[in-house]
Amino acid sequence: MEKQDISKLERQFQEKIDNEIKIEPKDWMPDAYRETLIRQISQHAHSEIVGQLPEGNWVTRAPNLRRKAVLLAKIQDEAGHGLYLYSAVETLGADREETIDDLHSGKAKYSSIFNYPSLTWADMGMIGWLVDGAAIMNQVPLCRCSYGPYARAMVRVCKEESFHQRQGFEIVTKLAQGTPEQKEMAQESLNRWWWPALMMFGPSDKDSKHTAQSMAWKIKRHTNDELRQMFVDVTVPQAELIGLKVPDNDLKFNEETGHYDFGEINWDEFWQVVKGYGPCNKERVEARKKAKEEGMWIREAANAYAEKRANRKKAS
Amino acid sequence: MSKKEWPLWEVFIRSKQGLSHKHAGSLRAADAEMAIENARDVYTRRSEGISIWVVESEHVSASSPSEAGPLFEPANSKAYRHPTFYEVPDGIKHM
Amino acid sequence: MTKQEALFEYLLRRADDTLILGHRLSEWCGHGPILEEDIALTNLALDLVGQATELYQYAAKVEDKGRDEDDLAFLRLEREYKNVLLVEQTNGDFGKTIVRQFLFDHFQILLYERLMESKDEQIAAIAAKSIKEVKYHLKHSSEWVIRLGDGTEESHNRVQESVTDLSRFIDELFYQDEVDELLIKEGVACDTSEFRSTYDANIKAVLDEATLSLPKEKWQLDGGRKGIHSEHLGYLLAELQYVQRTHPGMEW
Repeated sequence: MEKQDISKLERQFQEKIDNEIKIEPKDWMPDAYRETLIRQISQHAHSEIVGQLPEGNWVTRAPNLRRKAVLLAKIQDEAGHGLYLYSAVETLGADREETIDDLHSGKAKYSSIFNYPSLTWADMGMIGWLVDGAAIMNQVPLCRCSYGPYARAMVRVCKEESFHQRQGFEIVTKLAQGTPEQKEMAQESLNRWWWPALMMFGPSDKDSKHTAQSMAWKIKRHTNDELRQMFVDVTVPQAELIGLKVPDNDLKFNEETGHYDFGEINWDEFWQVVKGYGPCNKERVEARKKAKEEGMWIREAANAYAEKRANRKKAS
Repeated sequence: MSKKEWPLWEVFIRSKQGLSHKHAGSLRAADAEMAIENARDVYTRRSEGISIWVVESEHVSASSPSEAGPLFEPANSKAYRHPTFYEVPDGIKHM
Repeated sequence: MTKQEALFEYLLRRADDTLILGHRLSEWCGHGPILEEDIALTNLALDLVGQATELYQYAAKVEDKGRDEDDLAFLRLEREYKNVLLVEQTNGDFGKTIVRQFLFDHFQILLYERLMESKDEQIAAIAAKSIKEVKYHLKHSSEWVIRLGDGTEESHNRVQESVTDLSRFIDELFYQDEVDELLIKEGVACDTSEFRSTYDANIKAVLDEATLSLPKEKWQLDGGRKGIHSEHLGYLLAELQYVQRTHPGMEW
């Protein structure tokens, strides 16, 4: 294609975006837009799938029948959300299994939060309340993302995820209002999850290399720091209401700005976990690899059977 | 050993009697039965459907966006296909 | 034995079967060999835990000693669990999980078909609600048995080994004693011997299509209904009961 043709296409593309017209799979799009989306959506899908693991760690130890059922349903949703997202990635011409191989090789990332261990029952509450809470904060604006299939998948995900945060908050509340032992369990868990939850919004705006372009393309609607601030503003009062202390000595409501000021995030820890050196990075990726390897003979068997059956049909 | 992946299927769900099937998303399955069962588990966990269609994605032929002009724009100038095109005198009912 | 005692015991046996199998399936959650199957197995687990909950609720009411469904599910000793040995067997590979499910589903559907006619309205209602779930389980597990059996050489060999291995727990599904006898007379329970031949024919039809077969030797085990289990159950209960045992008497 001629250079001027491309620039014309790019201009038309950006006009559509500026006019809030969704981009659909077969529409022309700049390669970089496509690549950004493939990277972001597959990361998002991987996060859902890897995100099953810390909770799966407690599904066999859930304390009663109701909690067991709820936790199962929640983790199942996450698998479903992973699937919706992988199907959005496939509309961009990427192959699901190839993107999964990138996860297994370490090339593709997923949300760092899932590299922290789930050590107590309270962590199931904290994951729902904080991790899903932060995820919703991120995802709600994505329902208006410029790429149609991603936006539609997010609408579905957000609708389903509203129960996730509530069930988590219910677990935490029950503990916070329970025996001193239970309250201690909740507080200890909050101490471990608070900062990693804030890190979920990604590097601070000044260090975020993708933000500006993603905002211009309307893949992203708010910056990382804006979303992080929104999260802190809604979550701190929730913690106070149930009598838990957010582990940040610099946390203070700022009357002037109307927002909470909060302490500095440990970015060294953030980058360390992103680079693969968090407490559970190795275990998480290995668990997913193992699942895929063990599924190999099953996928082959189902293919072989489908083929045999198709041949028999033809013969008869 | 073949490393062939299961084919991709498009899933259409009828949410209730009287409505048409609507595209819900896609999934991987080795055969049609599996595709329907997977679609049930993936796309109707909250009673979103009463009927499922699945079709292998490679069998879907789509119009090309570059043809959107010739395909769809001619209809725009045919306003006489819509009832609001016609003037009805005041006072006329049931039309 | 009073009717009340028999009914309580009968309900525990049914509830424990579904809880323990549901628990085993829940171990797959997040580790399923294929994403779509991860979701499917979790659905089965959810159905079974749901059935267990209703059965325990009713059992607790029948017992009338102030225990609730969670006390029954989480706070008994190993010897007091009355599930069949089949359901507590470890997951193994996906094929073994499917065969275990297949052998159980075919039994459960015939059982629930009859329990829908129970004179005990509560049992009839639970059976009527659950049978829809079980029909789906049965279709899912049977189709997979066929795919794997008639798939590749590897899948055939693997799944045949699971069939051979797990077939020694089939007879126990049909185990009956004085508990059943008393309730059969009352029209509450059904006589499982009446549908044994149907069961055998049903599983054989699927196995034939899957090019699989039951082993010739008739080596059978039982004990679960009397609380004598395989060594696997203790570990399962250690996990299941962990929170309740570590922090006794708390609300969760």
